[in-house]
Amino acid sequence: MAITLSGDQSIPAPPLSSRLTPAQVWGIVLLAPYLLVFLAFVVYPVCYGLWLARAPSNYVALYNDPIFARAAVNTLIFLVIGINIKMLIALFLSGFFAQQRTWIKWLSVIFILPWAVPSIPTILSVRFMLNPEWGVINHIIFSFTGDDGPNWLNDPTVALTMAIGVHIWKSLPFWTLILITGRLAIAHDLFEAAEVDGASWWQKFRYITWPSMQTLYVTCTLLSMIWTLGDFNSVYLLTGGGPADLTHVLATLGIRYLRLDQLSLAMASIVCAMPFVLPLVYFMMKRLSR
Amino acid sequence: MKLPSLREVATEARLLLIGIPVFLWTMIPIYHMFLFAISPKEDAFSGKLWPDHPTLHNFEIVFKQQHYFLRDFYVQFWNSMLIAAAVGALTLFIATAAAFSISRLKVPGGRMVLNLALFTYFIPAAFLAVPMYRTMGNYGLLNNHWSLILAMVTIASPYAIWVLKQASDKLPVELDEAAVMDGATTLQIFRLVYLPLMMPSLVAIGTYAVLLAWNEYLYAFLLLSNDRQITLPVALGNFLAADDSPWELLMTTGFIYALPPAAVYYAFRRYMVGGLTAGAVKS
Repeated sequence: MAITLSGDQSIPAPPLSSRLTPAQVWGIVLLAPYLLVFLAFVVYPVCYGLWLARAPSNYVALYNDPIFARAAVNTLIFLVIGINIKMLIALFLSGFFAQQRTWIKWLSVIFILPWAVPSIPTILSVRFMLNPEWGVINHIIFSFTGDDGPNWLNDPTVALTMAIGVHIWKSLPFWTLILITGRLAIAHDLFEAAEVDGASWWQKFRYITWPSMQTLYVTCTLLSMIWTLGDFNSVYLLTGGGPADLTHVLATLGIRYLRLDQLSLAMASIVCAMPFVLPLVYFMMKRLSR
Repeated sequence: MKLPSLREVATEARLLLIGIPVFLWTMIPIYHMFLFAISPKEDAFSGKLWPDHPTLHNFEIVFKQQHYFLRDFYVQFWNSMLIAAAVGALTLFIATAAAFSISRLKVPGGRMVLNLALFTYFIPAAFLAVPMYRTMGNYGLLNNHWSLILAMVTIASPYAIWVLKQASDKLPVELDEAAVMDGATTLQIFRLVYLPLMMPSLVAIGTYAVLLAWNEYLYAFLLLSNDRQITLPVALGNFLAADDSPWELLMTTGFIYALPPAAVYYAFRRYMVGGLTAGAVKS
């Protein structure tokens, strides 16, 4: 498409604009808005943040802060246990939703709701359900047993489990949808042949479904892990990091330091997460930019 | 009519055994919110499946701004709409121009810009929020709607560019060549050939950016603090500041806030499923 004049190179040191075709000039002009946004709101903040977090004393302070250690462990639990449970359920449900039934089609339309509505009102709704005095769950427990229910969000383990539950509730539809697309892409005659040979559902899954879906499944799991690192809402809006700052994850901890006006600590806590984030990001970029 | 065999009944029962829990799991938090919205204050905590006296009184209080927490409801609703619209328009402009430049004009360095954008896409937004907050302070934009608009455009553009670039790679290059033969300028190709063909992807990306901005809580709560500047989700979060916060009003406002994105999502579902999930993970 680009028409270059063969005489161009013989002219000594032409100005830049004459060496570029009009199309290339337009290319640079049209790319400029994004480059400006990228420089002003990604490059500058990141460099500035790294500069703020440069002092080793920040890392000593983080190391001595028990809340940081707890948040790191919570984040690992969230990612390793929470995400794997979520993806297993999504894999299972993708098989369910791939069934050809009218009522399952309708259910899939409803099933997408948690993904379609904003997370703030629904997370707060769950928070109210779990309220020890007024929440509907303890109300039901009381009307059946006559006993007061537990103070759900006052126990760090239960509270973190609930936060993971909220996260799963919100993002399960999205991943199920993607895995359904993967499942529907498998050639149907493979299953018909297996049916004729009398294969059990496990054999069909083990030898047909899984081999053709495993790359997609692993990619989805890694991508979900990266994004979940930034899941601020599920923890902050449900537990607020409490009780006693025991349910923070790295995403909420950075904001906590920020609110306490300890910006360099906030940045340092993020820098500490980078050794885990960057390999994942590198791997994802390799996979997506093939 | 043939009666279903025992085996078919068993399969159906097994599917129902999965379907019913899935339905309950999905609907309970949303239904709980809805129940609060239509219940009088004293009924809301009773744990009944349907209130004895369903009422729209809560909606009336919200729409008439008759509560301390709701006195700026319309202003906040308007802020949310304005910011979502601005983010949608700006993201579409920036991302379409960049995708056209990288994919059709093959601008030198385009590949690298695309990789940088992808990299930004994978950095968790909550991590970028900390330095972004300080940067907006340095730019003097805190408590200004532009801070949130620009932050959301920064977050929305990488994915937008990536999806649009994938989509424009699929358009045949002969179209551009034919237009060049006919003497079309680059801008004419962009306007008359490129944009019309990209319409479905543009609708998907516009919707994506608008929903992202409408739903955003973290950045909105960091960057805006004045009661007449904040967006609806921040106002909802502020309800929690008081111990005796009126839950039924919070849930009613939350319900109103959740309706537009749900409606948009279902209206554009055709585009969203085709344009976005396929782009999210290449299988």
